[in-house]
Amino acid sequence: MASHYEAPIRKALVIGDKGYHDVTVDIAAPVEGRANKHWWIVFSIAMVAFLWGMGCIIYTVSTGIGTWGLNKTVNWAWDITNFVWWVGIGHAGTLISAVLLLFRQKWRMAINRSAEAMTIFSVIQAGLFPIIHMGRPWLAYWVLPIPNQFGSLWVNFNSPLLWDVFAISTYLSVSLVFWWTGLLPDFAMLRDRAVLPFQKKIYGLLSFGWSGRAKDWQRFEEVSLVLAGLATPLVLSVHTIVSFDFATSVIPGWHTTIFPPYFVAGAIFSGFAMVNTLLIIMRKVCHLESYITVQHIELMNIVIMLTGSIVGCAYITELFMAWYSGVEYEQYAFLNRATGPYWWAYWSMMTCNVFSPQFMWFKKLRTSIMFSFFISIVVNIGMWFERFVIIVTSLHRDYLPSSWSMFSPTFVDIGIFIGTIGFFFVLFLLYARTFPVIAQAEVKSILKASGDKYKKLRDAGKPLYQINGVTEIVETVKEEEKTIDIDDKEVSALFDTIGVFNADTDTADDLKKVKGIGPKMEVTLNEIGIHTFAQVSKMTEKEYDLLDSITGSFPGRAQRDDWAGQANKLNSNK
Amino acid sequence: MASKVLHAYYDDDDVLMLAVKKVKAAKHHIDEVYCPFPVHGLDKAMGLAPTRLAITAFIYGCIGLAVAVTMMNYIMIEDWPQDIGGKPSFSYIENMPAFVPIMFELTVFFAAHLMVITFYLRSRLWPFKKAENPDVRTTDDHFLMEIEIHNNENELKELLANTGAVEINISEKNSH
Repeated sequence: MASHYEAPIRKALVIGDKGYHDVTVDIAAPVEGRANKHWWIVFSIAMVAFLWGMGCIIYTVSTGIGTWGLNKTVNWAWDITNFVWWVGIGHAGTLISAVLLLFRQKWRMAINRSAEAMTIFSVIQAGLFPIIHMGRPWLAYWVLPIPNQFGSLWVNFNSPLLWDVFAISTYLSVSLVFWWTGLLPDFAMLRDRAVLPFQKKIYGLLSFGWSGRAKDWQRFEEVSLVLAGLATPLVLSVHTIVSFDFATSVIPGWHTTIFPPYFVAGAIFSGFAMVNTLLIIMRKVCHLESYITVQHIELMNIVIMLTGSIVGCAYITELFMAWYSGVEYEQYAFLNRATGPYWWAYWSMMTCNVFSPQFMWFKKLRTSIMFSFFISIVVNIGMWFERFVIIVTSLHRDYLPSSWSMFSPTFVDIGIFIGTIGFFFVLFLLYARTFPVIAQAEVKSILKASGDKYKKLRDAGKPLYQINGVTEIVETVKEEEKTIDIDDKEVSALFDTIGVFNADTDTADDLKKVKGIGPKMEVTLNEIGIHTFAQVSKMTEKEYDLLDSITGSFPGRAQRDDWAGQANKLNSNK
Repeated sequence: MASKVLHAYYDDDDVLMLAVKKVKAAKHHIDEVYCPFPVHGLDKAMGLAPTRLAITAFIYGCIGLAVAVTMMNYIMIEDWPQDIGGKPSFSYIENMPAFVPIMFELTVFFAAHLMVITFYLRSRLWPFKKAENPDVRTTDDHFLMEIEIHNNENELKELLANTGAVEINISEKNSH
């Protein structure tokens, strides 16, 4: 059908001989199987890191922010660095599922589920930092627009920090809803495959009773499209607003109009790097190499290369603008970044973010899985340094040289950061064991256009489907128990449907041509009176059962090998 | 009331589409089609009306924008006007640039969440809702066409057998 056409030049997105059922089996396998030793080892490490982080958070909240390495000059450091880093990572998920949906990029379908999961988990980590930094997290609701008890003093809607509250919470909740709506049909698939009652109950609950009616699918597709349309400007707004935290201030190095697009590009850059880090491991562990192919990794590498180059341009523009502005303070802020005591942070950032993605111009490197993994880690580190450089180097040498200082993190700073990484991986590992990690319903919908199996059929000029001639009719209304006695009446009933062989007018066929009929079976069939393909081709379930009871050998074999279908073909080719 | 329904199973979306067209051409009413994934053009072939969820999203977005404007006008201009950073709160329109981010965020928040809630309610999806697909294979690789029988069982059976159905199942259905 024309609806499944795809240009032959496009490479298959699902490789291997995969039909619809294979997709179901492959994607349900990691959920239905048991966790292996490696999963438990990684999960334990992540859990330990998470618990250490929890300890540090409890210590911070019970003692005070003084446990961090902040001082009078550098009064904002790792907390906001980590916040921006995690929010940035959280950008790839929505970008993949929303922007690539609007551009009708089919390759997003293998990776959008996990990328969105990554988004949600990393935005949760990001959200922790401002809440911890409040000092009294139980009063976090004060950021909401509610009048306080001293009169109607409200939150300040002119403040970018309040815009952040709205942006991050909208982003987190809309991403969650987008993710969950896409998950419903896949949870329904797991529910309908579940064998144990407990699992059936849990997935039934999670799938919200999804039944897959035509009308549901029509609405589902409309909702996905509109959510993508809403999420696209949303994802761009979130990091724009995060960048306003800095850009609306008057600190040299922060007061920059280029920040919003530069932060958004950086966020996509770091988000794709994290997607690559996670999926390169997951495709291996969950045996999803047929769905998350080298082509997917290559395309993500191209996005990394592109956004890395945009970020590089932004760095250079910043330097140019500092020089061109003629403002001494601005000029010094940038000179200090590159040559001051934090030169190592600046040049790590430059190396990791501007230099390393340029390797992706080489096809050999961007299709290498090991190299992609290595670069993805490098980019993650580089993007953390970018935020550290912007925040700490702009603060540590202020207008008054007598108050210049350095920042050194305490074990609590480090502990909370490591703890959020642990928390992130705890969530992601649990997700990988219990959720359908690939949007299987969507993959099935592109299988005929982009699956290797169907592409090969199309190239060979063969039809993508065959209309099955044999229809099995099951009536559950009138349940008639048929007892099968081997007697002449049964045999004659058999010939009522398949027809009698008349030796005078008909010629016997070589029944051995039918796969599953050997010389011995042929003799048996001839004894009963079956000699031609035409007779065999008329056999249905009922006749197979009769035959099984008459011959008494190999029950069910005729159905399995589809004798009737084969005989039909042989008969027409005679 | 219990009625007799016919379930025709297909194992391919193209075959299903052809079957739907044939059944429609023979002037039979298709009660429902259950699919494991969205089949493009199926809604049109079945004669389903287009969904109006996008329109509701637009309306919800407008409501969100109105809520944001009303809220910030009341809080920042009317109830407690302040002079923050040398930018006094005289009128909403003068101070609006600072309010744009939240006007945008609330528009998206309302449009997205209310649309999804509408979708869940219209399609009867919520926790503890029992699934209504008649066969578990319809979330895997089978497509199921449901047609109610009105003394035309054999005619339907014959028609559907010719459309390439892999299985035809006749059962009682209790309409809810």
